[in-house]
Amino acid sequence: MSATQLITYLEALGLAQREEMALDESVIIIGEDISLYAAGGAYGDIDAKRIRSAPISECGFAGMAVGAAMTGLRPIVDFTIASFVYLGSDPIINQAAKVRYMTGGQFKVPVTYRASMWHNQANAAQHSDRPYPMFMNVPGLKVVAPATPSDAKGLLKAAIRDDDPVLVFEDNDLWAMREEVPITTDFVTPIGKAAIRREGSDLTIVSVAGCLRFALGAAETLAKEGVSAEVIDLRTLAPLDTYAILTSVAKTGRLIIADYAHRTCGAAAEISAIVAEDGFDTLKRPIIRVTTPDIQIPFSPKMEKPLYPNATSIAAAARRLM
Amino acid sequence: MQSNEIDTDAYFRMNKIRAFETAVSRLIREGEVAGACHSSIGQEAAIVGACMALRLDDYIAGTHRSHGHPIGKGAELKPLMAEILGKETGICKGRGGSMHLTDASVGSIGESAIVGGGIPIATGAALSAQVRSSDQVALTFFGDGAVNEGVFHECLNMAAIWKLPVIFFCENNGYAAVTPAKSTHGQSDVAKRAEGYGVPGVIVDGQDFDAVFDAASQAVARARRGEGPTLIEAKTYRFDEHCVGLFINGAYRPKEEIEQFKQNRDPLILFREVLLKRGHLPQQLDAIGEEARRLVEEAVVFAKESPEPDPAEAFTCLFANPIAQQAYERASS
Repeated sequence: MSATQLITYLEALGLAQREEMALDESVIIIGEDISLYAAGGAYGDIDAKRIRSAPISECGFAGMAVGAAMTGLRPIVDFTIASFVYLGSDPIINQAAKVRYMTGGQFKVPVTYRASMWHNQANAAQHSDRPYPMFMNVPGLKVVAPATPSDAKGLLKAAIRDDDPVLVFEDNDLWAMREEVPITTDFVTPIGKAAIRREGSDLTIVSVAGCLRFALGAAETLAKEGVSAEVIDLRTLAPLDTYAILTSVAKTGRLIIADYAHRTCGAAAEISAIVAEDGFDTLKRPIIRVTTPDIQIPFSPKMEKPLYPNATSIAAAARRLM
Repeated sequence: MQSNEIDTDAYFRMNKIRAFETAVSRLIREGEVAGACHSSIGQEAAIVGACMALRLDDYIAGTHRSHGHPIGKGAELKPLMAEILGKETGICKGRGGSMHLTDASVGSIGESAIVGGGIPIATGAALSAQVRSSDQVALTFFGDGAVNEGVFHECLNMAAIWKLPVIFFCENNGYAAVTPAKSTHGQSDVAKRAEGYGVPGVIVDGQDFDAVFDAASQAVARARRGEGPTLIEAKTYRFDEHCVGLFINGAYRPKEEIEQFKQNRDPLILFREVLLKRGHLPQQLDAIGEEARRLVEEAVVFAKESPEPDPAEAFTCLFANPIAQQAYERASS
């Protein structure tokens, strides 16, 4: 058993970055307001030229990171708020995802794009996006969404070490979540592998990012009602661990997907399609998606909070299947 | 004045571009080429003048008008021509085509068909060189249309504040596809836009190899000294249509203008005159042109004789580190 330390999700992200920057001098970070954290010692004694506090030019520095990645660096681009990823999306989609393919494999593009999904904090629609499904639709990108402090550390480190572009969609609603996290600098969470967080036999709840705690809460409630729910934390959205999903559904015959994204063409839609195509004959009941509805995020907390999946809505969906 | 060797090498590279583009146009007429091709004929002095100022390990990023850039940087012609014919022996294994001739072996790091797309790539390569304490520089080619893209301004500013070793090289041929620059630019000189970012802006005659080479060499030296970027505007002209063979319904540039450039402003003719004045012999220059055409024809034969790609190959080259997923075996019922 390796040693652990009790840290938050946010601390785990910072630790991952600091460790990788110390281990590999080709790792650099670019983003807005970075200098404040550097001055506060967040990056230790890393050479200042590896910490780029950029002007508010998301498209420019997202693209520069591609050029830097093609020529020997491992840039981390911190978009801070996931709504800003749209401003940098042209070079992510048209360059990072395509350069290796379009040049017949002449380059690798080891760039990491960090985007924190601010939501549930009364910041209205332009600061509350959960845009991961759009990037699942782009061949050439890897997309991860950690749901625990350990995976925040492990997936961010895996992303930085990966030789392909990886988008890390972090969950600001989990920043304060505490957990024992492995101390070793070697700890990584493999990209592409889901985790079974609770075993069960009556239904499968596939969960994206911070929906995990609601899925586990719902499973706890359902257990008291005599329903055994299996909870799968996807962790990686591209490539999807279809084996884990289909194997679980084959066992339980019922599927709920808890997904923060909007309903249309969300992660839940893709998972539903995969199970309908490859696991149809194992289903006892229709699939249910528990998602954020197709409406923009309102400012008022009274209107905002009920829009996201929660333990009550997941448990209610489960009861409809039993 | 540069050395004899630079003169003849530059003349050779300019002739290779001219012969290559001429051969591509012929192949298009013969129905051998799929997709759009954008010819660099007329812009050879600008391209070669910029490339000759660079070392082999310096970086270039470019545009959809991509053929001239890697040739100017010294790339082998056979894999470039094979790429245009969509063959597996192509430099990009048939995945890029005419608009994206990229040869990493000569420092070419991507020709982008997203207008302005090469600008952040080259600026990022310059950042990389600076972080790695290498003395490499990067040069980005773009057209007059690209300076109205946001990334031009964002990257020029970041290059300025971080003193990145990058040269912003505008091949201003006067037209963004069929839209005249004068209708989309607030004033006629792209180079003046540099001032707003505290960067030197230089205007050169893009039909004059010596002028381009001198300006580019100064910019490269400045970048290598750690003094930051330069914006060079080479005023040039494309002799062909936006795309080879593109039918344009309605004139957007006068025929007389095209003829005037072809007659009086052809960069190969102008440079030949300069070289003759410098004492190069006509037969020596003829032999250089002949050798360029011979290499291009060899490349055409190579491209035509190369095998077509296996359609299954479309599924390779996406990831450097593909993640193998465990296959789910559907239970038989």
